[in-house]
Order: sequence, then C-alpha cells, then structure tokens
Amino acid sequence: MGFFLEVLLGGLMAGVLYALVAIGFALIYKASGVFNFAQGAMVLFAALSLVRLMEKMPFLVAFAITLMIMILLAFAIERLVLRPLVNQEGIILLMATLGVSYFLDGFGQLLWGSDIYTLDIGMPKEPATILDNVFQGGIQINREDLIAAVIAALLVATLALFFQKTKIGRALRAVADDHQAAQSIGIPLNTIWVIVWSVAGFVALIAGMVWGSKLGVQFSLALVALKALPVVILGGFTSVPGAIVGGLIIGVGEKLSEVYLGPVIGGGIENWFAYVLALIFLLFRPQGLFGDKYIDRV
Amino acid sequence: MSCAQRNFGDVVLDLRNISLSFGGVKALSNVSFDVREHEVRAIIGPNGAGKSSMLNVINGVYHPLEGEIIFRGERRREMDTHQAAAQGIARTFQNIALFKGMSVIDNLLAGRNLKVKSSFLAQLLYWGPALREELEHRRKVEEIIDFLEIQHVRKSAVGQLPYGLQKRVELGRALAMEPSLLLLDEPMAGMNVEEKQDMCRYILDVNDQFGTTLVLIEHDMGVVMDISDRVVVLDYGKKIGDGTPADVRNNQAVIDAYLGVKH
Repeated sequence: MGFFLEVLLGGLMAGVLYALVAIGFALIYKASGVFNFAQGAMVLFAALSLVRLMEKMPFLVAFAITLMIMILLAFAIERLVLRPLVNQEGIILLMATLGVSYFLDGFGQLLWGSDIYTLDIGMPKEPATILDNVFQGGIQINREDLIAAVIAALLVATLALFFQKTKIGRALRAVADDHQAAQSIGIPLNTIWVIVWSVAGFVALIAGMVWGSKLGVQFSLALVALKALPVVILGGFTSVPGAIVGGLIIGVGEKLSEVYLGPVIGGGIENWFAYVLALIFLLFRPQGLFGDKYIDRV
Repeated sequence: MSCAQRNFGDVVLDLRNISLSFGGVKALSNVSFDVREHEVRAIIGPNGAGKSSMLNVINGVYHPLEGEIIFRGERRREMDTHQAAAQGIARTFQNIALFKGMSVIDNLLAGRNLKVKSSFLAQLLYWGPALREELEHRRKVEEIIDFLEIQHVRKSAVGQLPYGLQKRVELGRALAMEPSLLLLDEPMAGMNVEEKQDMCRYILDVNDQFGTTLVLIEHDMGVVMDISDRVVVLDYGKKIGDGTPADVRNNQAVIDAYLGVKH
C-alpha cells in the first residue's frame, strides 16, 4: 500500500509538471484559436534567459527582467506575426508559430549560448519521508516536485482569478468566444492578443524555471512541449482546468502502468503511454474531457 | 402611438455621401442621411441593398471609400470600432454574436467592460474601491436583466438558450454599455409573432425610458411602419427614399423596388 501511494504521488507530481506546459497551450488556443507550436520554444527561451541573467544578478531581478523579455516577445509576435495574418486559416497560423518556434530556438541559443546550464533557485533536492508512522519505511516524496506542485497550484489559482474577476479576463473570454461581438463592445483585439501571449510567456517562464531546475537548462527543454501535447488533447484544447486534470491523469497513468504493467508486457511504457492515451481520446472523444464540443448544424 | 407628436433633438449622426465598395462591387454609393437625437430611425430595403454595410460603416467595421461621418459634432472620415464603442455607439448583429460559453450575467458584464475603471491588480486583490465598483456594475446589469425579463436564465450559458432569448440577451449586452446610439441589425429576424411583439415593446421602452437613439434594420414592414419615426430606403446601394413611414409607403420608387417593375 505504501509503495502504491508512493508511485501515485510521484505520478501526480510529474503530472503537475506536464500541466504547467499544457496550460500555456490551452491559454493561447482558447483566446485566439491558434495552436501555438512555439510554446516549448518559449519555455526554453525563458529558462535560458533566466539562468544566464541569474549569473549576474539576484534571482528576483533576473525573474523580473525575463518576464519583461517575454512581454516584449508577445508584442513582437502580435505585431510581426499575428497582425499580418489576421483572419487567415488556423493551419496558416499554426505554420507561423512553427516558424516562431524555430526562430526562438535559434535566437535563444545565439543570444544566451547553447551549453547546459544549472538553474539553482534554491529548491531542496533530498527527498522527504512522510507517514512513516503509518507505513513501514514511510513514503518518499521528492521535495522539489512538491514545491513545483505548490507553484503550479498558485499559478492556476491566479489565472482563474484573473480570468473570472478582472475586466481583462472577461475581455479575454469574450474575444475567445466571438471576435466580432467583442470588438463591438469596445474590446481592442490587438491589445488582447498581446495580453494573452504575455500571459502565455509568463506561464512559459514558470514552467521553464521549474523544469530547468529539475533537468538543467538545455535544448531538450523545448521538447517537454511534446509531452504536453497529449495532455491538452486529453483535457480539451480550450480548457485550463482540463490541462491540469489531463496532466495529472497522464502523470499518474504512466507511472502506475510502468510499475504494475511493466513487468507483464515489458518496460518502457512511460515513453508511449501518453501518446496512446491521446490517440484513444482522439478516436472516441476528440474534444477531450473538458473542451468545447462543436456541433455543425446542416 | 402618437408618432406625430414626438419631438426630436438635434442631429446626432450625420452621414454624408458615403460610398463603399468591395473589390469592384459597389455596396453603397453616395448615401446621405441623418439621425436625430431620441428618434427611431429604420433602414429598409431588399436583400443586398447595403443595409448591414451601412451599420458597419457607422460602428467602424467597414471604412467608407468616400464621404464623411459627423457624430456629435465631430467630423471624421471613418470610425474605428473601439472608438465608436467608447463614444457610446452599441450594436447587435444580424446573426447573433454572443459570448456563447459565458453566462447571461457575464455577457452583460462584458458589455460594461469599457466602463470599468479599477485596475486589474485591484480587481485581482478585491481591493475595496474595485469591489464597490464591481458591485455597482452588477447592480446595473441586474436592472437590465429585470427590464428584459430574463431573470430566469441569468446564470445559464447563452449558447444553450433558445434563439429568441439569445436575441434578447444580445440587446441586453448592448444596453449594458449605456449607449446613446444603438444600432439593431434585424432584431426580430426569425422570431414568431409573440416574440416580435415583445421585442417591439422592449425597443420602444429603451427609446422611451433611456432616451436612446435607435437605428434599426428590419424586414417586417408592419413592425417598421409601427415603431419607426423616419425611414431610409436603400436599393442596390443607393438611397431611394427617406421620410416618415407614411411618406415612404407612398413613394413610387420604393414600391417599385419592393414589388418589382417592368423596365
């Protein structure tokens, strides 16, 4: 029982990390209908900026400057990519974000270097043992993951408040639902896009910080986005809560199946579990768990 | 109704020689008309006459090729949607354009977005003044909900409401902006007789109680003749008639446009 819980908790924590990246996808898709292929590159870019700036200044200052860089990036993307392509098909915008993704990968490494950097934001590395009076030997928890989970929870709570309680949040939801109507009540589309991409940049920064501190800041960070893709498919492209639940399901699912199914059907399940699950969802419930269901009337 | 006795104020919106074309197709050519304070002004005409284009020019979705717009004494070549909304022009759409995933209350609150003064940080932190402001906006929204008699669906997602109610919610969102000029694009399209009667009543009440100036496009001639003070008739992008409902009804060019004529 203790072992099962340990695996379960480990899975939940891994899921939180996937969700951190997936939220970025869901935010932009919801507000602009664009599938942002560059989310992974943004995570890498933010983490690189943060780690290199921290060599010269304290963490908080570096964090603030990186955030500003991400906001500038949002302005640049709106002005140079989205505005010229307004009213184009989704596939064209997807291709454009693919371009942005390659640009950011290259530009980030050109600007900040392409080595592997250690990002130390003071997260404790040694595992903690809990419940040792209930189970023999207790349950080992990775404290780093625990802190990551707390950070993710705070982020989600802030985003939820932002979307539900502020006028900008209301405007964002309005734009996501109907561009034309949003304009008619005086919501400027261009400003809204800048805000959405800034928020996505902020989420990328948080994800880059947490993942970077866990794995080291290196090119492969851009690839965590590939793990977040099945998460958004599972949760539904338009849903931020979906991204979290999807992340948790995939995190737990792959850990449990690795441990309990692995010995039976051979190991390595962790590597493909998420994609197979996503495939099944695409077949039977393409809108995901919480996504909007589109019904075309003839 | 005592149309004849109604007094109107000054001209609030003056459209002069507006021309608009899409590629080679002329949507509007040299159309001029004005709208007076507090009146109900209808735009009618057969399909494709350029009625919706006209509304789109007024609230800045389309920018006219030629002509000028004078709104509240300010002369300009074109409006911009954001500016139009900020200056008190609200509108509804021919095909309902609501925020379908949001509740009725949130749709109406979104309509008040321009009026929200608190910063988003203050709102995020429930800072005292921001909270008071939010309550004030919610009170206004509830007034409109009462006025349009949609209390029973306040919290429903609008995408799930029947068509007639959605039309009413869309009117509500426009009213939430407290506009001085309200543009209605076929507010009664697709409604049954009862729904039309209700909508007529709401429109007249808006005009009466809030003093809102109205410009509306409608196909139901009975309704147009009943509720409007003055009517503009468009056909193939040109103005072919302008005047009181009685004038327009007897205008030969208008009769020809509607009934067809041998050339």
